[in-house]
Amino acid sequence: MNILEIKNLHVSVLNKPILRGLDLSLKEGEVHAIMGPNGSGKSTLANILVGRGDYHMTAGAILYHGEDLLVRTPEERARAGIFLAFQNPVEIPGVNNVQLLKEAFNAHRKYGQLPEMDAMSFRTYLQDRTKQLGLSDDWLFRPINVGFSGGEKKRNELLQMLVLEPQLAILDEIDSGLDIDALTDVANGVNALRHHRRSMLLITHYPRLLEQVHPDKVHVLIGGRLVATGGMELAVRLEEQGYGWLSEVAA
Amino acid sequence: MEAPNAVNSAMSQSYKHGFVTSIPSDTIPAGLDEGVIRLLSAKKREPEFMLEWRMAAYRHWQGMKEPHWSSVRYPSIDYQNISYYSSPFANDQAPIALKDVDPKLLATYERLGIPLSERLSLAGVAVDAVFDSVSVATTHKKRLAQLGIVFCSMSEAVREHSALVRRYLGSVVPPGDNFFAALNAAVFSDGTFCYIPPGVHCPMELSTYFRINAAETGQFERTLIIADQNSFVSYLEGCTAPQRDRHQLHAAVVELIAMEGAEISYSTVQNWYPGDAEGRGGIYNFVTKRGECRGDRSRISWTQVETGSAITWKYPSVVLRGEGAFGRFHSVALTNHHQQADTGTKMIHIGKNTHSTILSKGISAGHGNNAYRGLVKVLAGASGARNHSQCDSLLLGQECSAHTYPYIEVKNQSSKVEHEATTSRISEEQLFYCQQRGLSREQAVSLIVNGFCQEVLRELPMEFSVEARKLLEVNLEGSVG
Ligand SMILES: Nc1ncnc2c1ncn2[C@@H]1O[C@H](COP(=O)(O)OP(=O)(O)O)[C@@H](O)[C@H]1O
Ligand SMILES: [Mg+2]
Repeated sequence: MNILEIKNLHVSVLNKPILRGLDLSLKEGEVHAIMGPNGSGKSTLANILVGRGDYHMTAGAILYHGEDLLVRTPEERARAGIFLAFQNPVEIPGVNNVQLLKEAFNAHRKYGQLPEMDAMSFRTYLQDRTKQLGLSDDWLFRPINVGFSGGEKKRNELLQMLVLEPQLAILDEIDSGLDIDALTDVANGVNALRHHRRSMLLITHYPRLLEQVHPDKVHVLIGGRLVATGGMELAVRLEEQGYGWLSEVAA
Repeated sequence: MEAPNAVNSAMSQSYKHGFVTSIPSDTIPAGLDEGVIRLLSAKKREPEFMLEWRMAAYRHWQGMKEPHWSSVRYPSIDYQNISYYSSPFANDQAPIALKDVDPKLLATYERLGIPLSERLSLAGVAVDAVFDSVSVATTHKKRLAQLGIVFCSMSEAVREHSALVRRYLGSVVPPGDNFFAALNAAVFSDGTFCYIPPGVHCPMELSTYFRINAAETGQFERTLIIADQNSFVSYLEGCTAPQRDRHQLHAAVVELIAMEGAEISYSTVQNWYPGDAEGRGGIYNFVTKRGECRGDRSRISWTQVETGSAITWKYPSVVLRGEGAFGRFHSVALTNHHQQADTGTKMIHIGKNTHSTILSKGISAGHGNNAYRGLVKVLAGASGARNHSQCDSLLLGQECSAHTYPYIEVKNQSSKVEHEATTSRISEEQLFYCQQRGLSREQAVSLIVNGFCQEVLRELPMEFSVEARKLLEVNLEGSVG
């Protein structure tokens, strides 16, 4: 069963066409990597999936669990299991991590017609997950992303993902701006999140992360279309030769 | 401890206290002259000194001009078109026992979430309920009396505790202090009186609940709280009014007096009817609130959450007279739609080593206009005085505004006064981030707003803090698309 099916997707941002006929199918439990040079439309793909304003589909279709995704509000998509780890997570002063996590978690529970988790159990639930990511307890009481380093922001995205347990996780450059140690931590986090019921789209333009995560498929996005699909050998070739050899295909 | 529930916890949507109680009332026809004041004083069976005090204030008021220095804008008020007295009881005779109170009145308070019967009301809170011009019932009086605490309506205090009233009334806010205070002194109808004897730590929260019911009446209540040496009291004030499309005037005066080593903590959750989304109707809330730290090491703190009223114009202040006295002002003011708020505080440092802190959180949405106006004044004798002020503004949308007017006057070189201010706007990016985590836009705004003012909300007694959060949520409705 395809959890996500994208057919002939055309997306414009402020009337500028960015995605120009993208096709992609993702099965339950699969991890696909989307690679591509800067400006090729990777974040645009992530943004249209989560319903960000300013991104408009001009042709094509996106099905999530076989149903039209774009008729749903961003929060409905989130509650239905779509999670985006943002490339640049925004700071929210005054609101600490626990507060957002609690609201978000309960919104998900409510959607699933489950009762709210009591405060004590939720606290334990959170502590299990901060521990798993090697985060200190006071992490939860820091205001969201305020003054976080690049690596801290990425880890915070992973924490939110671990708490919300999405069915479709889109990780937009979760590896960018990280040193080698931080990268390994993040890769371990991503691996910990792999699950036969959870699908992932890993957006990146470096193969480094993929070497540690081993995706099921690697796609290359250039000029608004997927121009190549393969396995790890494709990522390795991109590492060695760059994107140049694919540009002719894209043109 | 559970709620006096100044405003009911089942709060759902928009202004839910807008209902009217249909009850016969004894109302003096609109208009103001010396005859009206005599009549009012006679109805309240006041001693002679009170009538004289009112008359002096009235004559003073006649020579005064309505102030227009604040940033709020409103059409001029016709003071002859207001009724200065409305009572649900004939001849101001509030029933002696609760069982004699009109069930409709009790039902009104039940509906507002404030059970007046002591059996029903929850242990930790004593309530004085003011309905239009008159105090309806004061609960837990006996228990407090055993400790020597006087907690009763102002009318009763004028009759039964006239020595205390004569000594303290107007000693912090003199009748001629300002236009609205003078008007209040002339026509004040009821309010709460509270005296805590030396060394007594008041065992429960004292609370007044104000309700404007009658149309075309003003509410001019007067509250006087005295904490004698080394005593402590925590006091809560809540208010609502029916939804009417004409503006109604509310001009209250609150005076607090803290003697040596005493502490008064005064919290307000103000939810007067704010008017509709187009700015029709709503309460004009023009209030003078001032506390005096009269004795050494005395402490007064004001905590306010202002979500209601069409116009709010108030500056709860502290006069720091005693050596080592401490004053605090913590405020959250929300303006949405066409609401206007000009609020802040004055900290007047007179005594040596006096400290004060100010924390103001202003939130503007819709076409709301929110101004913080604060004065920190350090007189020559106030060596070692210290003040820290922090004023933060949060904007939602493009049409609203926030302004900060800090005035600082320092006449003593050894004092230290610090002021910080910030302005921020809730961004589309922040809202989207929360939405992507499963929150609706309303939930996102409410999360961010609550985060913005949590330092102040934390100061409120638990149940009031829950109320306040709900009020903020309800009053922010419709502020995001
Ligand atoms: N919000 C936006 N406003 C204007 N242009 C945008 C916006 N988002 C993306 N673009 C443009 O769309 C193109 C693709 O951007 P993006 O999807 O962010 O690429 P990538 O993530 O692959 O680096 C770029 O040319 C970028 O300038
Ligand atoms: Mg990108």
